[in-house]
Amino acid sequence: MKTKFFLGLITLVVILCTNTAATAGPTFQLGGELPSFELSVPTDEAHKEYLGLSGNGSFTVSDIKAEVVIIEIFSMYCPHCQREAPKINDLYQLIEENEQLRGKIKLIGVGAGNSDFEVNVFRQTYHVPFPLFADERFAIHKALGELRTPYFIGVKIKNGGHEIFYSKLGGFESPEAFLQSMVDRSGLKREGK
Amino acid sequence: MKQTNLIALVTPVLIVCFMVGAGYSGLHGGSAAFEHAIYDPGDLKPKDSTLKVEIGDPAPDFTLPAVSGEHVTLSQFEGKKNVVLSFVPAAWTPVCSDQWPGYNIAKGIFDHHDTILVGITVDNIPTLFAWTRRMTPDDSTLWFPVLSDFWPHGAVASRYGILRSDGTSERALFVIDKKGIIRYIDVHNINERPPLETLIRQLEKL
Repeated sequence: MKTKFFLGLITLVVILCTNTAATAGPTFQLGGELPSFELSVPTDEAHKEYLGLSGNGSFTVSDIKAEVVIIEIFSMYCPHCQREAPKINDLYQLIEENEQLRGKIKLIGVGAGNSDFEVNVFRQTYHVPFPLFADERFAIHKALGELRTPYFIGVKIKNGGHEIFYSKLGGFESPEAFLQSMVDRSGLKREGK
Repeated sequence: MKQTNLIALVTPVLIVCFMVGAGYSGLHGGSAAFEHAIYDPGDLKPKDSTLKVEIGDPAPDFTLPAVSGEHVTLSQFEGKKNVVLSFVPAAWTPVCSDQWPGYNIAKGIFDHHDTILVGITVDNIPTLFAWTRRMTPDDSTLWFPVLSDFWPHGAVASRYGILRSDGTSERALFVIDKKGIIRYIDVHNINERPPLETLIRQLEKL
């Protein structure tokens, strides 16, 4: 009787253990949509134009005028994000200098637990040219599953919604290879032909 | 199977389970730089000490060893620089591991306010050496001195009244002006990172 009880207990512990590990990761899946969250329309006119937005208020990822949006979850307090920052700027430049990709792939960053002030420190330190948004109270960070930083998510915008095609922790070695990977994985090139 | 054997089996499974859970969590927006290296103590009592200084007091002087190998004396900055003392509770813990890497890219703001930042914990020098190296993008050193209040244990933290009952310090900020007077104190909730702009606003007032 006692043996059965303890075997049952072990099974329960293993199940709980699996669930603990699973719930600490992303709350979304490839092929699906991100949990719903809103961002403030940038006050910077250039950023507003880059994202194809107008007016004030808030917007969602699906509202961005693009075929592909790459989202970086970062923090000004994260050394790896600091290390990756120049490479992500290079990625932005590669996209903007490519006539076939400019306007189709957009980048945004979400500062997990960062205030506007802290996001600005990061922007100014690394001369980040693309829009960054504050997530001061970790609301987006929690909705996405408390991801470690930097974390990259790629989504295809379509039919008023979006579909996740990339989700990965950590930076990348080469901006060129990462961009090619985004084009290939999203199917952007094939659709463009 | 004997009951004692089963208990022996359940216990390590439970321990591994909790370690896996803690290791994957990115709570507080944890950086990948510290992945699998952070001990998460969970939520702690927000404050666990009684301040012994107040705004307007001369800051108690001290000399402590720095990670760089030098000794730093608070009064050496008198007449030269404003000082921010940033006490953090302990190395290799979640919020602390995020706080100083952010300060490390804000040197320009501290310089602009003619202020030196001084980091202090109750950890020993070798621990602080290893930990602070992980705070930079390229395993280099932080721009500000990091001091060890390890021995006599937590003596400086105790003098300021921010030594907690478990031997760690509070997460506390003290702004000291060029005359050596304390102008701002924030004994912060230990579980949360103080917003940078709150501190900078205080520097603007100096």
